[in-house]
Amino acid sequence: MKIGVLKEIKDNEKRVAITPSVISKIKKLGFEIYVEKDLGIEASLYDELYSTSGAEICSKEEIYNCDLLLKINKPTSEEINKLRNSQTLISFFSPSLNPELLELCKRDNINILSMDSVPRISRAQKMDALSSMANVAGSRAVIEAAHCYGRFFGGQITAAGKINPAKILIIGAGVAGLSAIGTASSLGAIVKAFDTRPEVKEQVESLGAQFLTVSIDEDGSSKDGYAKVMSKEFIDAEMKLFAEQAKDVDVIITTALIPGKEAPKLITREMVEMMKPGSVIVDLASQQGGNCELCKKDQIVDHNGVKIIGFTDLPSRLPSQSSELYANNLFHILDELTPHKDGKIMIDMNDDVIRGMTIVKDGEITYPPPKVEVSVTSKPKEDKKVKESPKIPSKRKSSIIPGVLALSLLFLVGAFAPASFMNHFTVFVLSCFIGYMVIWNVTASLHTPLMSVTNAVSSIIIIGAITQVSTNDTLSLILSGLAIFIASINIFGGFAVTKRMLGMFKK
Amino acid sequence: MNLELLNLESVRALYIVAAVLFILTLGGLSNQESSRKGNMYGITAMSIAIIATVLGPQVTSNYGLLILLLLLGGSLGLILSKKVQMTEMPELVAILHSLVGLAAVLVGIVNFINPIQEYFGIEKTIHSIEIYLGIFIGMVTFAGSIIAFGKLSGKISGNPLTLPAKHYLNLIMLLVVIYFGYEFVSASNINSATTSLKVMLIVSFIFGVHLVAAIGGADMPVVVSMLNSYSGWAASATGFMLSNDLLIVVGALVGSSGAILSYIMCKAMNRSFISVIAGGFGTESSEVSLSNAEQGEVQAIEIEEFKTMITSSKKIAIIPGYGMAVAQAQFVVNEIINILNKKDIKVIFVIHPVAGRMPGHMNVLLAEAQIPYDIVFEMEEVNDDFGNIDLSIVIGANDIVNPSALEDPNSPIAGMPVIECWKGTHTVVMKRGMSTGYAGVENPLFFKDNTRMLFGDAKETLSQLLTLNN
Repeated sequence: MKIGVLKEIKDNEKRVAITPSVISKIKKLGFEIYVEKDLGIEASLYDELYSTSGAEICSKEEIYNCDLLLKINKPTSEEINKLRNSQTLISFFSPSLNPELLELCKRDNINILSMDSVPRISRAQKMDALSSMANVAGSRAVIEAAHCYGRFFGGQITAAGKINPAKILIIGAGVAGLSAIGTASSLGAIVKAFDTRPEVKEQVESLGAQFLTVSIDEDGSSKDGYAKVMSKEFIDAEMKLFAEQAKDVDVIITTALIPGKEAPKLITREMVEMMKPGSVIVDLASQQGGNCELCKKDQIVDHNGVKIIGFTDLPSRLPSQSSELYANNLFHILDELTPHKDGKIMIDMNDDVIRGMTIVKDGEITYPPPKVEVSVTSKPKEDKKVKESPKIPSKRKSSIIPGVLALSLLFLVGAFAPASFMNHFTVFVLSCFIGYMVIWNVTASLHTPLMSVTNAVSSIIIIGAITQVSTNDTLSLILSGLAIFIASINIFGGFAVTKRMLGMFKK
Repeated sequence: MNLELLNLESVRALYIVAAVLFILTLGGLSNQESSRKGNMYGITAMSIAIIATVLGPQVTSNYGLLILLLLLGGSLGLILSKKVQMTEMPELVAILHSLVGLAAVLVGIVNFINPIQEYFGIEKTIHSIEIYLGIFIGMVTFAGSIIAFGKLSGKISGNPLTLPAKHYLNLIMLLVVIYFGYEFVSASNINSATTSLKVMLIVSFIFGVHLVAAIGGADMPVVVSMLNSYSGWAASATGFMLSNDLLIVVGALVGSSGAILSYIMCKAMNRSFISVIAGGFGTESSEVSLSNAEQGEVQAIEIEEFKTMITSSKKIAIIPGYGMAVAQAQFVVNEIINILNKKDIKVIFVIHPVAGRMPGHMNVLLAEAQIPYDIVFEMEEVNDDFGNIDLSIVIGANDIVNPSALEDPNSPIAGMPVIECWKGTHTVVMKRGMSTGYAGVENPLFFKDNTRMLFGDAKETLSQLLTLNN
């Protein structure tokens, strides 16, 4: 089957769907790959790199002849018109916002797998391009903020004076938020983060940020892995918190998105006005109207010296990294689509992930998919929160009862046994204790030599056999002779193998 | 010919010297430097004990045969010790244990049919008990070790044998042994005593076989240490029987050594000794399967990606398991470490107490491959530091890196201390396939986001890493 990779036609788009690094892996699945000329030029991925990796370079028209087309941004109606019957396209699509495009694909019998419809289940994480792009966007948001902010992020004490670290508030600790936290704290800023889902607290703190909370107890987790809309009381408390923080912090990065809805307005005009001049707001929700009231899509707004950045192309600003992540996501999808590794894709509608992604198939719109009850929160990640720690069976029982038992047993033995036995018994008990004391000092790494040497040592039983060998009784002689024979195997073998082992231990 | 050069008192004096040297032998194993000296003490002690006995008043004839047998057995032992692979150590130790058990049985029988000394009254009763007990322990050790050897060498399936009502079976056999013990002690003539002894021999053989057969492969470290302990007690019982303090002392030393090892192994698996003896892992808890289907999917990686992961790490922890021993991969591992050290990548080894099939097995294998022991750490030493480790490489281990031991209270291995490698940045698990470990428990580690699976034979895969040099 032929896979064609289309060059992006959207303005300012520098990313590409496939990078040379995944081409060999895709070819292993049995596909032939054709890439459009100058595909990755904006991401510093030149045609030679593609051809040396095994891809064919060809013109746009030839690409449209391939069976399976890959790109990033949602197709335009012109692009769809160039496609023909039963071709398949994988790209972002936003099906809920583009019903007319869906109709077009239905009419032309084009199969569409939408990258933004990958269900948020743990199995699909490796295919989730929204997450991988959000990761890039979050990191880049901090860099954009640092670029516009006129000061260092990290603190220093220099001969020319003290530099205070920047204070950054990050709202929403999803993939983008966490990535922003990581980048900001590694630049040395003091990072605070807020999220309505209490279970992300640990993740936030693990990245070195402070987790802010409001006093109202309400869980914003939902079944689809995103945060849900909160109650009015909660929002009031939240807004009060943001207002307080706005006076204090230098940079705010907002990442609050609820899927399919307009982004919630979290940073009001008043809050912006409370901020110090020179402060920066980066609004990652600007595609869906922005979390900040004053945000304008793809622009930097300057409001009384506070800059509000509303870029929507943040992943494209790190084109080679985003392309590589996207390409990997695509590879995992292709891997899933070709279970037999024979270069033929199988759109298996019984597979949760593929079912979720497939929005048009065989001339029918299959969006939205039936609800899949899945999310990170509905099945708490084992490593994130373990409330019930396993019960460790308690070994410490009272030692009084065994002690008393042992004591009475000793008395019993003493009462009946003859003196000769008591002598041996004394030796025996004391030896057990010596053994106990000595063995605890043996280092764990020498446990195997310990066993082999004790094994040799326990062949001391040979002494018993030797004392019996001077007899005229044939059966006794045979048996004790046999005992000597096998015990001496043990003695020599045990000591020799111990010696061999110990010789190997060296610093 | 009579070589009776020493009287009984001199023999006893030499026995004291030997006993002290034996204690020093075990004491010497407290660290690697003194351990070689310790082994020499052991050899010296054994030589003193044997020579003293031979020259003592108890040996008066058959010197030639004695020396011939010693030399024959000795050469066989030396050959065995030269030929054995380090991965086969558990098998060797098991088979050697069986020899001690058998020797104890033989010495006991000889003492029964041809007593050195005549006893009367209570002393006779005690002596009979000593004989009976010595033979019993010896037989159980012998039979159990044979089965352990079979399991360890793969000649017998490692799965626990589960007979119906196995606990009652054991109990009944023990009661039979005790009953015939009573018969043996109170027997009026030698014939009825012989019959009791024969019955006991058979029953205790079956008992030993069943005892070990019912224990699963994962518990082998406990079994091997347990048999080690039994072989000591057998020697001690023989010592009582022959009124020989040296045997008592040495047997007690070995017995307590094995008992402590068993305890350490049980603790490392968070299982009680009784429950190990009572039966294998995964027998009663198989229905507690985790929600396997929902655990997600493993992410496999290719060797090239693995190479980049390695070279971009600063600190790597290698966690070896039995799989490494099976693949004989320890030598390749050492070569890789040398390469990595040249690249300034720090490598440490983390050993779980029950990794492998007997206590300390992994350490011996690593030592064989000349991996310096100061980069080999125990689990507790590293578990809190996984945050600083960029990459953990798990080679052929499974249960010892299973997070469900800590996270899932219903897991059959709940509460067992495990190596918490998932706390590091990345983990790569090298495995042949997706089969479960000896405990038969699904391992959530494989499904974690920061875990990658590298399937294939560990040795072959690791060999491909040797090209990292270029």
